[in-house]
Order: sequence, then C-alpha cells, then structure tokens
Amino acid sequence: MILACVLLAVVLLVISAPLRAAAAGDARDQDHQSPERAELEAAREAKYREIRDAELDLRTGKLSRADYESIDGALRAEALEILDRLQALSAADGPEADED
Amino acid sequence: MAVLGRICLLLALVICVYGIGASLYGARTGRVEFSDSGRRAVYALAIVLTAAFAVLELAFLRNDFAFNTVADTSSRTTPTFYRAAAVWSSQEGSLLLWAWLLSLWSSLALFLVRKRMRDVAAYATAILLGFGAFFITLMIFYATPFATSSPAPAEGVGLDPLLRFPTMMIHPPMLYSGYTLCTIPLAFAMGALIARRVDADWIRATRRFAFAAWLFLGVGILLGARWSYAELGWGGYWAWDAVENASLMPWLTATAFLHSLMIQEKRGMLKVWNVSLVLATGTLAIMGTFLVRSGVLNSIHAFGGATLGVPFVLLIGVLIAGSIYLVVSRREMLRSEHRLDSLLSRESIFLANNVVLVALCFVIFWGTYFPLISEALTGTEASVGPPWFDRYTVPLALALVLLSGIGPVIAWRRATVANARRNFLAPLLSALVTLVVLVWAGVSQKPFALAMFCCAAFVLGAVGQEFVRGALARRAIAGEAPPVALLALVRRNRRRYGGYIVHIGIAVLFVGVAASSSFQHAVEQRLTPGSSAHVGAYTLRYVRPTATVAPSNDAAHTGSTLSLGAVVDVSKHGHHVATLRPSQGFYDSGEPAQGTVGHLIGGQAVSHISMSGSLTRDVWTAIAPDISAPALARIVTVGNRTLPADEAVVALGFLARTYLKNPPPAQFHFIVSPMVMWIWLGGLIVFGGGLIAIWPAPSAVRRRVALRSRARSARGLARA
Repeated sequence: MILACVLLAVVLLVISAPLRAAAAGDARDQDHQSPERAELEAAREAKYREIRDAELDLRTGKLSRADYESIDGALRAEALEILDRLQALSAADGPEADED
Repeated sequence: MAVLGRICLLLALVICVYGIGASLYGARTGRVEFSDSGRRAVYALAIVLTAAFAVLELAFLRNDFAFNTVADTSSRTTPTFYRAAAVWSSQEGSLLLWAWLLSLWSSLALFLVRKRMRDVAAYATAILLGFGAFFITLMIFYATPFATSSPAPAEGVGLDPLLRFPTMMIHPPMLYSGYTLCTIPLAFAMGALIARRVDADWIRATRRFAFAAWLFLGVGILLGARWSYAELGWGGYWAWDAVENASLMPWLTATAFLHSLMIQEKRGMLKVWNVSLVLATGTLAIMGTFLVRSGVLNSIHAFGGATLGVPFVLLIGVLIAGSIYLVVSRREMLRSEHRLDSLLSRESIFLANNVVLVALCFVIFWGTYFPLISEALTGTEASVGPPWFDRYTVPLALALVLLSGIGPVIAWRRATVANARRNFLAPLLSALVTLVVLVWAGVSQKPFALAMFCCAAFVLGAVGQEFVRGALARRAIAGEAPPVALLALVRRNRRRYGGYIVHIGIAVLFVGVAASSSFQHAVEQRLTPGSSAHVGAYTLRYVRPTATVAPSNDAAHTGSTLSLGAVVDVSKHGHHVATLRPSQGFYDSGEPAQGTVGHLIGGQAVSHISMSGSLTRDVWTAIAPDISAPALARIVTVGNRTLPADEAVVALGFLARTYLKNPPPAQFHFIVSPMVMWIWLGGLIVFGGGLIAIWPAPSAVRRRVALRSRARSARGLARA
C-alpha cells in the first residue's frame, strides 16, 4: 500500500508540473520552435541533402555535367528561397531566433 | 504484490484517460501547459507500467504460484533464464509487455519532439495514450496478469517447452518493440492530419521512428525464423504461418514508406501515398498483435485465447475508418508539389519498388486472411498453403531484388541514356558472369534460383560500383587513402550508403533463401545404432544412443526430465565431417492422471536439433526416439503401479539405462541445405546497414555541412 501511495505521489508530481508552473506564472514557451520555422528548417535540411546528393551523383557518374548544372542551379535557388524566408522569420522574431 | 499490480493497472488507465483529455484540451485551446501535462502523462504511464511489469517479473522469478499466470506458464523446474522470459509467453503477460513497451517508446518519441510540433504532438499523445488505454482495459477486464488463486498451487504447469530457447528471450520484445514503434509514426501522421500540418517537419520527426520500427520488426522476424529453424524440429525457417505473415506485412509497408518518404522530402510528392503507408503500417502492426492474441487463426506461434477478438476488431475498425476519413478530408493539403521529371530517375525506381512491396503485402494479406474471408463468404474455412504463397511471392521477390540493384545506379530527378548505359555495364556484366558460371555448373534446372542468383549478382555489382566510385571521388578531392576515403564516404552520407549496405544484405539473404529452398536434400528414416542414411553427398551414421535424466543434467538446459538422443557421425565421400548429437526432451505434464512415472515424461516432447553449419551448407538432424517401445512402456507401467510420487524419478534412471542398453529404432530427420547461413548473414548485413542509416550525424558535422552548403548556395546565386 505504501508503494502504491509513493507511485501515486510520483505520478501526480510528474503530471502536474506544467500546470503548477503555469499557475506560478513561469513562462514555458520560450524554447519552443514556431511551426513555420520548424517546417522551414526541415525543408532547408532536406534541400542541403539534395544538393549533396546531386553532387555525389555527378561524381559517381550518374549525372552528366549539363544535367548536374541545371539541377544544381535549381536546387540552390530553392535553398536560397528557404534561407531568405528563414532570415525574414528571424528578423521578425528577433536576434535570438537564428540557431545556425 | 498482486494488489500493487492491480492498482498499477487502474492508475495507468486513469493516467491514460487524463492524458487524452489534457492533450486534446491543450491542442484545441492552445493552452501549452495542458499539452505538456498530457505529454508527461505518457512519462507517468511508463513509470507505472514499469512498476506493474516488475511486479509480474518478480512473481515469476519467485515462483509465486498464487498468480494464475505464473502457475499456468511457469514451474520450479523451469530454468531461471526461461522463467524471466515466461512473462511474455502468457496472454496476460504479453499484453502487459505490449503496453509497457508502448509507454517507453512513446515517452522517448515525445521527449525528442518536446520542443517541436507542439500542435501535432498533442494529438499524437492522445492517440498513443488511446492505444495504451485499449491494452490496459483488456488487462483489467479480459485478461488480467494479476489474477490470483487461493490457496496457491504447490507447483505450476511450466513454460511451453517449445519456448525454452535462448532466442525466445529476445524475439517477442523485439517484435513487440517493432509493433509498438509502428504506432508512433501512425500517431504522428494522424496528429499531423488533424492539425493540418503535413509538412517536411512531420516527415523529419516520423522518419527516425519508422526506421526504428522497421529495424526492430526485422530483427524480431529474423529471430523468429531462427527459432523456427533451430527449435521446431521441421527444419524450415519460414512456413507462411499466419503469425509470421502478420509480422512481415507491416515490415513491407514500412520498407515502402522509408523509400517513398525520400521522394516527399526531396520533391514534395507522394504525400497521400506516404500518409497512407504510415497509417497502413500502424494498422497492420495492431492486426499482427490481434492475430497472435485473438486466437482467430491457427498458428504455431499464436499463444492467445479466443476472448480478445471482438475488442481488437473494434479497434482495427476505428483505425481504418479514422485513417480513411482523415486522408479523404485532407486530400487538398496532400497534393503533390511537383511531377516526375523523367521515367529514367531514381524516383521512378522507388515508385516501382513501392508497387512491388505493396503487391507483396497484398498477396500475403490475402493468403493470411483467406481462411476468415472464405468462412465469411462460404461458411467453410479454407486456407492456402506455401505453394500458393510461393507462386506469387517468388516473382515479386525477384523484381524487388532487381530493383534494389537498379535504384542505386540511377540519379535523382533525371538520368540520361548514355549515363545509364555506362552505369549498368558493371552490374550487368556481374549478372552475366554469374549466369554463365551457374549454367556451366549445372544449376539451370532451377530457373527461379538461377534468376535470383543473377539478380543478386546484379545488386552486388551495382552497389560495389557505387562504393568504388564514391571512394575514388572522395579520394580525388581529399587525397585520402582508399580505406579512409571509403569510411569517410559512408560517415558523411550515412543514409545513402547505409541504405546500399541494406541492399547488399537483402541480396545475400535472398541468395540464401533461393539456394536452401531449391537445392535442399531431406530424408526421414528409422535407424538402429550402426545403420546409416544417405542425404545428398553425405552419409549419416547412427553411432550410439544417448540418455540423460533430471533437469540439472539436461544438455540443452531447458528443464526436461528425460532426454533421449543419439550420436550421429556425418561423413562425405568417406571423410569425417562432423559429429552431431540430436535429442528429444521429455517434460513433466503435471497431470497426476498419467501416473507417478507417466506424468514425469507425459508433457510435450520437444526436439533439440543438432546441426553442423558453414557458409556453404548446413547438415541438420532431429531425432524422435520411440519412447512407447514395449521395453520402455513396461517400465513406465510398472513404475506407475509400484512407485510413490517421491520415488518415481528412480524409474527415469532405469528407463534411460534400458534405452542405452537396448535402444529401439529411432526416427531421424536429416536435412542438408546449402547456404542457409547466408540468410542469417544477410540479416546481419541488413541490420548493420540499417543502423548506419539511422545513426544521427554529429551535430557539429551537420552544422559544418549546413554552413558549407549555404556558402555554396550563396556563390551559386552570385554566379546567377
């Protein structure tokens, strides 16, 4: 029975922590990423990977130089567009927002 | 202790209900503290279910037969090693294992995304807790692991001897980890659809858990195959059994998803397809659990009763209906952002690979559930056997292996015919040389095996070429030594080259499957000591019988009361190859009606096979001693009549001595299978490659790469 009570107390402590913090007025949302930023960062990572993949495809002979240059140019333009949007978001959010 | 276990279950259900409410309220109102509290409810659930699992595990280890589940599935004669694993051999214990693993994996997933995707994660939390609530409800109302009897029986029935095998310690936790991990991408997919956020971030968060589910499920499937091969006494590793199939189906759809998500990541295409694959994988995982636990289909792996069918059918119905509703209602936001640039591109090959994988899944689904479908339509249960599965799956497997070689040599977006011609030369040459050598060696009478060997050679040629070219390119840039360049190449492109290693493993695995199933020699024969059987090029001679008494002397450490076996000499063209010692274990049935001696050996007899394995072939033996031979049966009859229970074991010693002195003919099963070890080796390569692909890149490296790419992008813009 004692064990059950200890377990119950632990559960209550764990679950109620955010509610108690909110009641005490602690700001908890500062470290949270905005959905738009998270999406752009994920898109940026994917685009970087795509640029690297295209480069590797060229080096391993899977892409002709002409195809590579056309694909690479398009990918870089898309990457820059994402970076611009991230920069605009950072400017709107304040200086702390740009993690990279 | 049982009371504590029951309190834990009730508390766990309350936590689930609270967590679902808090998460949904937090998501609807935007009140973050409630979403966080819901997420923490999952952590609390993990704590409480860990306590419940510890209570049950302790009961097994302490032989507390007051617990019904301990009395039904364990005994004092069950070795400690297997008593610890007996927890998940029972219906109730395995439900607890499922819920416990779900809580642990869900806690990890939600902890990792705690600072991202708050709106999606809140819905995912509610869905994961919904699964938890379902399994906990089953344990409270249908199959409680903490039910007790008073007075407690003095001895338990014992663990099913078939499950006394080292692999069984890890096979179910691996499989259940795979199943529970499959529900995490499902929960996040549903959450993303509800929150209307099916973007790149959702894919990023889901990918790693889908990969982990694929990895665990694959390891679980392979361990199950190994158990079947080394323990079940029939010499096969795959029987198209309902439960085996149930675990393979979500693995196939997860494999398809892991390929097609790359197209969504790169091109913003196949969003409906990817979401559907994730939802199907999660639903198939629940259906897999349903097949093991509902008792609805006959299977040697099904250890459940028939009481859980209706709740599972309801859950599956809700999942399917919910998935269809969400996908249809969100179809506008799931529109593709691009179209295929060229049919000669890696995207096209991935699409073809997806079609083959889903077709395989559909064939297996149809064959597995055919008994239920036929019963529903005609009133009589009919089933399809291995030949039916082989007819459809063999050509699909060939196509799959071939595609796994074509994919790596074709570029993303578009490839030119000239490039394709150059890249296909080495793999085609590799396949052609293999074909010529094998035809010359006389393998042409097995066309499917021949085709599989050629496809595998094509894959090895293609992937080998990729590694060589990649390392050479790396060497040209960095000036590194070849091995360093190769390692650096893999380290910097883990997903790509980890995936290629997986393809090598799949090719090796299928070579093992094709060789062992097409060129196997099997003989079943009754032999007396001194006589021989001929299996392929091998001669197997029954040298002498063996017998051991009492669990402590059991060579296989499975707790059998009596073990009868043989020493078998294996030779090839007169040269000694190996000495094998197959045996059969006899177990206490716990049935007093069989007599004081009879019950000691009246339980299920289990074959302990003996095998000489190598890369080229396995020589596999099993023995079924004739324990009902008149001389032995007489000892049991007389013992039953004259010996009291506490002296009955004396008769077993007498029985063993008689068997050694005057052994009756024994039934032997001999199999010579080529290249079975390639299956296990291929599996190891697959999961090694999987680990490389899933391993996160160090953040510092990622950051450097990001910065470099950004600089290049800026330069590119400047050029423009």
